[in-house]
Amino acid sequence: MTSSQFWMIWPGNAMASALILFAIAMPFLYAARKLVHDLFRSIGQTVGGPLRLAARWLFAAARDMKERNKAVLLAHGGEEVAQLIEREFERVGVLVTRDLEGYPALQRKLLDEITRVEEDYKKSGEVPPLPPEWTAAVSAITKVKSEGNEMVQRILEEINRSVNSIHAKALEEYRRAYQSRHKILNGFMPFWRSLDKTLGQVDKKLTGLENTSAAIDAQMTKYEQINKKTDKAEHALTVSAFTQFAIATLVLLIAAGGALINFKLIALPMSEMVGAGDYLTATLRTSEVAALVIIFVEATMGLFLMEALRITHLFPRIANLSEPMRRRILWISLTLLVILAGIEAALALMRDMLIADKQALVQSLASAQQAAPADPWLARIPTAGQMLLGFILPFALAFVAIPLESFIYSARTVGGATLVMLVRVSAFVLRVLGNLVRQLCKVLTTLYDVTIVLPLLIERMVKSARGGDAAESRPVRRAA
Amino acid sequence: MIKRLLVASLLASVAAVSSCADQRSHSHAVYMLVDTSGTYAGEINKAQLIINYLLGTLQPGDSLAVARVKSRSFSEKDIVAKVTFDNRPSQANAQKRAFRDKIDAFVKTVGGSAYTDITGGLIQGSMFLNETGAGTKTILIFSDMQEELDKATIRDFPFKLKDIRVVALNVVKLKTDNIDPRRYMGRLEAWQKRVEGAGASEWRVINDIERLDALLSKG
Repeated sequence: MTSSQFWMIWPGNAMASALILFAIAMPFLYAARKLVHDLFRSIGQTVGGPLRLAARWLFAAARDMKERNKAVLLAHGGEEVAQLIEREFERVGVLVTRDLEGYPALQRKLLDEITRVEEDYKKSGEVPPLPPEWTAAVSAITKVKSEGNEMVQRILEEINRSVNSIHAKALEEYRRAYQSRHKILNGFMPFWRSLDKTLGQVDKKLTGLENTSAAIDAQMTKYEQINKKTDKAEHALTVSAFTQFAIATLVLLIAAGGALINFKLIALPMSEMVGAGDYLTATLRTSEVAALVIIFVEATMGLFLMEALRITHLFPRIANLSEPMRRRILWISLTLLVILAGIEAALALMRDMLIADKQALVQSLASAQQAAPADPWLARIPTAGQMLLGFILPFALAFVAIPLESFIYSARTVGGATLVMLVRVSAFVLRVLGNLVRQLCKVLTTLYDVTIVLPLLIERMVKSARGGDAAESRPVRRAA
Repeated sequence: MIKRLLVASLLASVAAVSSCADQRSHSHAVYMLVDTSGTYAGEINKAQLIINYLLGTLQPGDSLAVARVKSRSFSEKDIVAKVTFDNRPSQANAQKRAFRDKIDAFVKTVGGSAYTDITGGLIQGSMFLNETGAGTKTILIFSDMQEELDKATIRDFPFKLKDIRVVALNVVKLKTDNIDPRRYMGRLEAWQKRVEGAGASEWRVINDIERLDALLSKG
């Protein structure tokens, strides 16, 4: 008999042995029924209870965190909107100061121009005096009967001639008068144009003011909603934070690419300064760390520059500095940045020289025929490009401060929202597990009863038989 | 809060970097033995190619020595040229040029020797490499691995090549090997056993000098 068959009552027949063992064990299982049921119940309570408790605690923690996140988000959003409103008011102030200061002069100019236009208009309306009223005389003469009288004929001819000459003179005078009026009207044009321009300027300024007022109105509405702590405001701020986070991450990734290029530019020449054989870790050379430090220092100087320019607000201490001190920091960081950019340009040049030297050495070591040297002008283009890149990249890196600020501020909201979500998911999973354990214990209890179904049936039969006997004996007793 | 966290993480990272600064040497030291015995002296141009490859591959801070294998090779006089390259790449390049010139001169004047004392060269090489304190130490043996000693020279004693890689290069077949290839294989096996018995970290044979990239890399 092998060790795996020791339990077999009927050697070689596992099924029969198992059935016999089961039959032997059944009375004991029946006897232990209540205990086993209690055990399953207590296991269900012991495991499921803490899980449900933990789930409840996590849900409460998630609620608290959400509230805290909301408070922080609304406070930060309120601060931002307040700053925006302040800036808009500053703009309005500048507009009002600039435009209303010049408004009396503008009004005077407008009035002057209107007066001149009125005067000119009046002048253009003045018509030359009408010719003498000789039409009545002409009509009287026309009534004179000449009847072939030569004298009368001659007089009429004379009158005709005089009338014609006077008519021509009057016509000429009339034309001249109209000409002068046209000239006056022509002279109107610059005034009209000037008037139109001045009114256009006024209109533009007023429109600008109107737009700024509309922007202030929109910001004020937002501010009111934030102050009321509405869900809409919270949602809008959360969405805005997520968008900011995504954009800032993208820009930071691009900046990281720039920093990597920068690193490649200066890592090799740094080995000329700090040596190429020193290692900080198994794979990290000291020269590489030195190059990284230079890049980080540049980024830090850029950060200080942006802070001193009040573009970013990561360091309240810098923002609260007095104006002369702020300017001093601004100039110091700018000077250091320029110096570092110069150093980078020099390092880029050195890199090119080192590579050329190494190339020459490798060519001289190789047995193959040396390649013809490239055109010196062509060779200088990459050198100049590298130097230019080395000079520009530190300044480009300086602007990393702006997305970095957005990233840090939005990361608080995004991180908080993600954490809340994770805690909620954990709570849900724990709750499900708790319920699962309790249900599993119930299933196991039922399964246990299924295994000992025979003793249970017998028990039921015995009970029903006793019940029948008791029912039969009861009337007898009553009768007795 | 965020500011404090940033400052704390920066300080922690600086402390971590400074505390875990790697004190081990990462430099590479190579000692190349060039067999100049009568049967093998004709292969010297191949040795020059290998030295040029090493000059092009070794980094600032690494060490290189080239020694000849003669009748008795346990002597500093047999070192043709040795150098530890400066940490600055420009200086290292200048040193490499000077080294190449020395080797060129050696190649032009090299003459054959009557006997081949590879063991003496190995002992000398191990001493040189241990003195450099390099992190990786390699002895290159440019030879047919046929050791021939005169009667007075004693080399049958145990020696130490602990943590040293040994690479046999261009192990050409001798006329007798062509008759019975087992001699060639037996010779290589005997050297492997001897070198590994001396504590060498690796034994390798490279016959194809077009595949020198495995020369300095650990197998």
